[in-house]
Amino acid sequence: MTDISRCADGGTGLRAAHVSRTAGGALVLDGVTIAPRPGTLTGLLGPNGSGKSTLLRVLAGVLAPDAGVVTLDGDRLDTVPRRTLARRVAVVEQYADTQVDLTVADAVRLGRIPHRRAWSPATAADEAAVRSALARTGLTDRARRSWRTLSGGERQRVQIARALAQEPRELLLDEPTNHLDIQHQLDLLSLVAGLRLTCVVALHDLNLAAMYCDHVVVLREGGVVAAGPVEEVLTAGLIADVYGVRASVTRPDPDGRPHIRFLGTAPPGSEQPGAVGAGRCRSRQLVPGGVS
Amino acid sequence: MNPSGTETAGRASRSRRPDRAAPLSSLPSRALPPVAAAAGIVLLCVSVALALTIGPADIRVADAWSVVASHLGGKPSGLSAIRDGIVWDLRLPRTLLAAVCGAGLAVCGAVMQSLLRNPLADPFVLGVSSGASTGAVAVVVLGVGGGVVSVTGGAFLGSLCSFALVLLLSHTLGGSTDRVVLAGVAAMQLFSALTSFVVMTAADAETTRGILFWLLGSLTGAGWTDVGVCAAVLAGALLVCGAHARTLDAFAFGEEAAATLGVSVARTRLVLLTVTALLTAVLVSSAGAIGFVGLVLPHAVRALAGPGHARLLPLTALAGAVFLVWADTLARTVLDPQEVPVGVVTSIIGVPAFVLVLYRTRSAR
Repeated sequence: MTDISRCADGGTGLRAAHVSRTAGGALVLDGVTIAPRPGTLTGLLGPNGSGKSTLLRVLAGVLAPDAGVVTLDGDRLDTVPRRTLARRVAVVEQYADTQVDLTVADAVRLGRIPHRRAWSPATAADEAAVRSALARTGLTDRARRSWRTLSGGERQRVQIARALAQEPRELLLDEPTNHLDIQHQLDLLSLVAGLRLTCVVALHDLNLAAMYCDHVVVLREGGVVAAGPVEEVLTAGLIADVYGVRASVTRPDPDGRPHIRFLGTAPPGSEQPGAVGAGRCRSRQLVPGGVS
Repeated sequence: MNPSGTETAGRASRSRRPDRAAPLSSLPSRALPPVAAAAGIVLLCVSVALALTIGPADIRVADAWSVVASHLGGKPSGLSAIRDGIVWDLRLPRTLLAAVCGAGLAVCGAVMQSLLRNPLADPFVLGVSSGASTGAVAVVVLGVGGGVVSVTGGAFLGSLCSFALVLLLSHTLGGSTDRVVLAGVAAMQLFSALTSFVVMTAADAETTRGILFWLLGSLTGAGWTDVGVCAAVLAGALLVCGAHARTLDAFAFGEEAAATLGVSVARTRLVLLTVTALLTAVLVSSAGAIGFVGLVLPHAVRALAGPGHARLLPLTALAGAVFLVWADTLARTVLDPQEVPVGVVTSIIGVPAFVLVLYRTRSAR
């Protein structure tokens, strides 16, 4: 349990140091350290069950780590009041749905809850934040639409608008592009990349990560395998190592972002070092006979 | 993707209120419109006044008003002692208790449906009313408490036992909201069975009939003590629930989403479940198990007023009060001189209304 409160650089922002977390007896996070750079987009990569979602929930303060420490500007997260935290860190979940008959504006306005006191009516600042969030996500003309009538892409966009209404500095997104078609995937990530917040986004699609992320952190079985600028981390060797997939990584433009072409799965047994104790991995087409 | 955030002001000029903050009012507002609240209060007062005049004894609104004035320290009403008693000792406390019970049950339903994210949640889903029945039956039939504990007291203790069992069960089963509902259903079945068992084995026909009346919900014999206790508990519960209005909004997308909006989920759930269970226990102890008010009215008000709790809770309370005042008036007059338990009336009206609500939400999808 290393105490990293007050790091050398002042410990600004949201960071996790050596956090571990078990779920159902299995170690889901194993000593993960992550310090997203302020104002950049950090991608969390890794196969299913590698601990991406758990790490995001620990960073959001929804789950407490069993070991290690999460800090916000140097303060331990468990000492930061919930409302204060919600004004700083916003979360967009993988899939959000409700039985409540909300309009788009209603849903976005939920983001103002941490800013408001009981009994007090909405202030001009509240409404301004909601309008700004709707505008930044291109939802202004859909403010009166019912949540029920929205497509999957629009719903995720509303969730991002709700998160923006919280006026956070950190935004955590758990596979926000799942279930979206390719146009909405690109739309959503370019929106997130343009926010200039400190974003941490769990992603499955390596090419999406290569296109939009500044940095990536690659997890396997709850531990960090690699971290750094996207063009340094995403190599054919790493992809073979972590996902058990043969790939060719090219950079069409020498200064541009890498492009990944998958060539097929690796021969059984050739990769997967240390494939033991991978608690809650579901088998996936990309990982035949690997972790199960 | 408009990064500026302010360019929409011009477009959003279709405001209904011509105030300076035109773009603000272009977004649907959440505050309780004063007009709706005032209309609800007026409607409630008119309903209570009219309910006082309906019944076998011919009493006009003016008579009722002078009786109330005389008892509040004004000049004597000039009515006979019997007619004075009919208004002050029978009809007024009964009508007020109907209003308080209606408001309380409806608010409990609204809070629990949002908190447990279950459209079927109502004040009785925590097993509170079944526990109350068992407690009351134990006092009346078995003589538990040796005459010291009244029926009301027995019902209250029974409902608390049942609620404690539900909390314990749901905690043991994992503590999630669907577990609370399941534990409530289990407790409901258990205590209903216990009640039936005691009644079948130990009660004579006359007692059974009295208990049945109470189990179905009845405001017969309501006195000023009932009104005072219920109103005080209702006021406290409304304050607590009102202070949590915004917190309840945060539960729309689930408990984890609420937590990331700064809500302390476990604390909120415990506080609100306890408050609604206490309120239900007090109301059921005085008026029996009046069904369907807590289940149906919140859905109806939500359909009209939208989901924001700052607006939903007060309007639901007013709607519940008005509804139960009229349901009780119907219950005591429709088979005059016989009386129908008010729970029978609310269910007969409530079931079709419930089907209508379900049908509406079905076609809205």
